[in-house]
Amino acid sequence: MTWFTRRLRRLAPQLVALAIILGIISLIAPGFLTVSVQNGRLYGSLIDILVRAAPVALLTVGMTLVIATRGIDLSIGAVIAICGAVAATLISDGYSLPVVIAVSLGVGIACGLWNGVLVAVLDIQPIIATLILMVAGRGIAQLITEGVILTFNDDTFAALGSGSLAGIPIPIYLWVGTALVIGLLMRRTALGFLIEATGINRRAASLAGVRARFLLFSAYAISGLCAAIAGMIVTADIRGADANNAGLWLELDAILAVVVGGTSLNGGRFSITASLIGALIIQSINTGILVSGFPPEFNLIIKAGIIIVVLTLQSPAIMTLFGFIKASRRSEKLNHGTKEATR
Amino acid sequence: MKKALVAAAAAAILASLASGVSAQSLTVGFSQIGSESGWRAAETTVTKQEAEKRGVTLKFADAQQKQENQIKAIRGFIAQGVDAILIAPVVATGWDAVLKEAKEENIPVILLDREIESPKDLYLTAVTSDQVFEGKVAGEWLAKDVGSKDCKVVELQGTTGSSPAINRKKGFEEGIKAASNIKIVRSQTGDFTRTKGKEVMESFIKAEGGGKDICAVYAHNDDMAVGAIQAIKEAGLKPGTDIKIVSIDAVPDIFQAMAKGEANATVELTPNMAGPAFDALEAYLKDKKEPPKWIQTESKLYTAADDPMKVYEAKKGLGY
Repeated sequence: MTWFTRRLRRLAPQLVALAIILGIISLIAPGFLTVSVQNGRLYGSLIDILVRAAPVALLTVGMTLVIATRGIDLSIGAVIAICGAVAATLISDGYSLPVVIAVSLGVGIACGLWNGVLVAVLDIQPIIATLILMVAGRGIAQLITEGVILTFNDDTFAALGSGSLAGIPIPIYLWVGTALVIGLLMRRTALGFLIEATGINRRAASLAGVRARFLLFSAYAISGLCAAIAGMIVTADIRGADANNAGLWLELDAILAVVVGGTSLNGGRFSITASLIGALIIQSINTGILVSGFPPEFNLIIKAGIIIVVLTLQSPAIMTLFGFIKASRRSEKLNHGTKEATR
Repeated sequence: MKKALVAAAAAAILASLASGVSAQSLTVGFSQIGSESGWRAAETTVTKQEAEKRGVTLKFADAQQKQENQIKAIRGFIAQGVDAILIAPVVATGWDAVLKEAKEENIPVILLDREIESPKDLYLTAVTSDQVFEGKVAGEWLAKDVGSKDCKVVELQGTTGSSPAINRKKGFEEGIKAASNIKIVRSQTGDFTRTKGKEVMESFIKAEGGGKDICAVYAHNDDMAVGAIQAIKEAGLKPGTDIKIVSIDAVPDIFQAMAKGEANATVELTPNMAGPAFDALEAYLKDKKEPPKWIQTESKLYTAADDPMKVYEAKKGLGY
């Protein structure tokens, strides 16, 4: 089997689910799939999905790595609020754009390293360790903004959220670019395999010479970095830092995206691409509900209903039934996977 | 000589006592919910200002969104023997016991901003806004503004199921009932936030033929309206002209938009609940005049004609 067909087989359930969801929405809301050029930029609901997916997609990249190490990062929603607050404060104090971006990214990485210390050094369970920053983070953000929605009028920074380059909105560049860089870093070097090894069995990996502690640190730091980029997009988008609401519950959407993407919460093998398709599925549902015209009381039910269907379709039992995995081939495939991991 | 001194001293003491019970130096306890929103912070600031203006000594307690902290604070106020207590209750139930304690000490209690489910004789009065009326004022403004033209309205609701969302929707529908040319074509929740307001508006614009069919946006709060304004601008339309914007709350940022001609009208949810409360209290303490059990605050309509920049400057410092 070639590399490409193997990839396609891995991503097939997510791609099929995304296609079906987009298909259903376009039946309900005509014109949903049209993309036109307006004011020199791409315009349409599909573009909206790609733009609005940016925060969750970015979080998903980091979350995939953290989950691959058998961890979880609940703090990223709050890190969005912190980094957004930092960025808005610096921008309104008149600092230049490079300084603002560098400091915000630095704060995000610092938040990630804090989680890393709790998880990797103090051996606190990730769900509790990151819960600390999830709770404290919004408080920190509120202290930075002094409890108000901190607004600014800086067109260059605002462009991160609502500007466009060569007709394509900038948030799309940011999340696709980040995902590409981190994806290549994981798959073109051994980092990805080492993270998987750490996630499957940290002790065994350490004994085999893998620097598990360093890998845990990097996974949480990357997660913090991704949250910082997302935080700047969210803040730039509304030209203001809303400490109470920026990134609220987005960590749960990110976890959901990873799960919809088929990465196990038990750690080990992961696919950033599949997680990103998961994020697009979630955002398609969100945007689809908005254009469909259903009353808002149905929003959450519709979302939950679709996700149950997607997850059911991905469950091993159903996948075997539909032939995404051939029952006879499953053991062969598993063997192959182990070989790859020990390579 | 000695006698005269004693008499003078006694007179001085009496005089100070007398001034102690006069309205000028009331001591009032204020149990605030917390500072979860800009509006709440502004309410705290305005309450302090109103107290200072009237020479009232205000004892302030922040409950950090917890009822038990409020009850503790109220017991503290009772123990200190304050002249009256203001409460912005965090929840509607569970107040009976502590209100009875205040009543036994003859300390009048006034509720600010929210009502509670307790027997009405346990508190003096409640000062709140009428959310249905706020929506109605917004609706009536739009009906008057568009006249007889056909008008498709999109509505950005507050958090689904929250009482301001339900009441402001109801009120707006009442306000436009008489105008059959105005129709709400789309209604979705923007969770009272800018981000969601913008996202929902983007979708509305796409769903309604690029936004050209939309005549007005009604947002349940100003923050969502600010988000919607940005979405309209990015779609290449002019907010305020192509699409009218009417919202509720009157936070400072909407006045900036109004000054630029990007927003048309907002209905104020006044942070000054304490002013009417102190008025009622002073009348009650002086003449034993029982106020009505519900004092409705004014829901003032602001439009571009009200010198938005001046209102912005006045509101900016209140802590919104």
